Amino acid sequence: MTHPCVVTLDRKSAPRVLFAGNRLIEVDLPAGTRVIYPKPPLEGLRDPDAAIRYAINHPYNREPLYALLRPGMKVVIAMDDISLPLPPMKRPDVRERVLTIVLQLLADHGVDDFEMIIATSVHRKMTGPEVRHIVGDRIFDAYWPRRLYNHDAEDLDNMAFVGETDLGERVVLNKKAVEADLVIYVNLNLVPMDGGHKSVAVGLCGYESLKPHHNPKVMRKCHSYMDPKTSELNTIVERMGKVTNKVLKVFTIETTVNNRMFDRALSFLHKNEDDWSGNERLAFKGMQFALDRTPDSARQKIFERVPSPFELTGVFAGETEAAHVHTLKRCFEQYCVPVEGQADILISGIPYVSPYNVNAFLNPLLVQVMAQGYLFNMYRGQPLVKKGGTIIITHPCTDRFDHAQHAPYVEFVHRLLPETRDAMELHKRFENEFAQHPAYLQMYRRGNAYHPVHAFFMWYWGEAGRQHVGRVIVVGADNAYIPQVLGYETARSMHEAIEMAKDTAPQSPQITCMHLPPIVMADMVMPRSPGVAT
Amino acid sequence: MAASYFDVDGTLVRTNLVHPTLFYLLNQATPARTLARLGGALLRSPKLVLAELRDRRAFNEELYMLFRGMSEDRLHALADEVVDKVLRPAIYPGSRDLIRRCKDLGHAVVICSGALDFLMVPLARELGADEVIANRLEFHDRIASGRMIPPVVAGPTKALLIREHARRNGHDLDASFAYSDSYSDVPMLSVVGHPSAVNPDAALERLAHAHRWPVVHLDRTP
Repeated sequence: MTHPCVVTLDRKSAPRVLFAGNRLIEVDLPAGTRVIYPKPPLEGLRDPDAAIRYAINHPYNREPLYALLRPGMKVVIAMDDISLPLPPMKRPDVRERVLTIVLQLLADHGVDDFEMIIATSVHRKMTGPEVRHIVGDRIFDAYWPRRLYNHDAEDLDNMAFVGETDLGERVVLNKKAVEADLVIYVNLNLVPMDGGHKSVAVGLCGYESLKPHHNPKVMRKCHSYMDPKTSELNTIVERMGKVTNKVLKVFTIETTVNNRMFDRALSFLHKNEDDWSGNERLAFKGMQFALDRTPDSARQKIFERVPSPFELTGVFAGETEAAHVHTLKRCFEQYCVPVEGQADILISGIPYVSPYNVNAFLNPLLVQVMAQGYLFNMYRGQPLVKKGGTIIITHPCTDRFDHAQHAPYVEFVHRLLPETRDAMELHKRFENEFAQHPAYLQMYRRGNAYHPVHAFFMWYWGEAGRQHVGRVIVVGADNAYIPQVLGYETARSMHEAIEMAKDTAPQSPQITCMHLPPIVMADMVMPRSPGVAT
Repeated sequence: MAASYFDVDGTLVRTNLVHPTLFYLLNQATPARTLARLGGALLRSPKLVLAELRDRRAFNEELYMLFRGMSEDRLHALADEVVDKVLRPAIYPGSRDLIRRCKDLGHAVVICSGALDFLMVPLARELGADEVIANRLEFHDRIASGRMIPPVVAGPTKALLIREHARRNGHDLDASFAYSDSYSDVPMLSVVGHPSAVNPDAALERLAHAHRWPVVHLDRTP
């Protein structure tokens, strides 16, 4: 019996509603198409603050936080940046709740030598208003920017060597954290690739410590990067994390949220379109009418200004690995939908937001990340799409970049990709040049730009998908150039895209539509062989 | 081999050509001379404004006329003090880091400024730059005439001088970088393969966005 979140369409089924950037479009999918919907949101914790207090007083494999505190000690509190959750959540953000309790605990135990670092690694630095959003007014006003600030991976004088793994991977981290008596990490675990050792060993590191795992060779060995057990990326991060935790005393506080991305008024976007009520259909039509008549930039702003009503579903504290086991379990519980058998053709809408364009436009490189990176990797077991299969996405692929955040991406897309799309070649020929680009580095250090190597990482993020998938077809592209540069084909309609995909698919291909956002992961189950009793 | 070419005023330091000039005017040998110099400058100010509106080269020519009659010895003797008191405190927080990273890449770091050479040489030393392309005052019997020795380093001439410098030193311009804050330096930025707008004025910022050049703010602390 199939899971209730897996729906097979028939001839009477309503059109499916997919994101195409910051628009919503309706597409007719053939009868027999399998549509995978996100699970309903898990119930949020009734008293989040009590849950946080309980977790830090009853940690896994570590003394309670209060027992680790003593007057005069140096503490660093590090936290996830605004790439989590997506879109940013309504206030109070989970981090504000956790920090409020932790800071009170520090004060109660006479610990006043502490700093708070946003663990951005080579992500862009968060702006003041963004930091205020995640930590709240009281903490922001009291500590920003002297004792609450962004990590700077290029402030080489303030990076310190921690150690080396048996395989020679060097761990170099933020010196403040290395020199602290205690590092408290406040995590918000949106997807299973977050958290665990990645928090400190990646969030507070620099380029040198990213190179061992953020490269195309490693990305090709991730099956998938949403399943830590089969992710080479995770294996290396764990190795480096163990080295980190031998030197640093880390107390991890991990949190999970449900997938309530849309507020009550838009919650029908989670649902099977055949189950929409008359009012919900009317609300959708109204929303679509308004969006279609709104200028593009204003449409983007509308989406950016609507935070999500995520709710806390779990708090797990203590030693990194021990706490993370429970976090992962809760993540999979929210996202994993059992799916039997792979698809020949996988269809999905690409929304307006990714972890790397909060408050900015989803540029072409990030469209690629969403398609061949995140969408492809949303599985456990085996890929949802067969080897050599086709992915169809809906997105305008507009040639537009946010100059302040993504300047290096422009050169990557317009200068490098026309030369080669081969990730290995890009890695060998150009990565070092970008890594040392003086102007881009200053934009990262003194502005709000991503580190120049981040553009490469974004391309590598799609590497496993590129190696596996035969074709990517874009429906609704507003230009031919960008899809061509990315190696994609274009179609004018979903019908045309499916016909194109059928050219290289077996007869009667299995077509699956991944209906996201919100996030959903396919928990792949091999189809039962006929005649075999189970 | 590549080079990095830097404009100075507004790019690496927050001061402009007027600040060091004022320092010289205010530090004459006697108070009476100082007063006379300031009076002369005041009378010339409408011309300076008009020249600035016309083009950068005209402004430089008008401004340096204020040095007419000053002795070469005095200009040179005060140069270190100008650097100490006017230019060094005005160096942007990110300037040294940017120059250090250019040198880490093995670039020759070249100052290309409309300011005067006897100020730019010690400033280049201070910043770790290797070479200086700057304006030179004409002296007769060791007294400044107020005119500049051609070529005047400003606007399109900067581009010409950078080309010549690169050819002479074997620098690959396609692999070279240039940094400026001003729209008047678009020619200089356009001759290299990697132009960057630094703390740009509005016109340059618009152009940088249109051409998708990096826009750097060295005036900000990380």
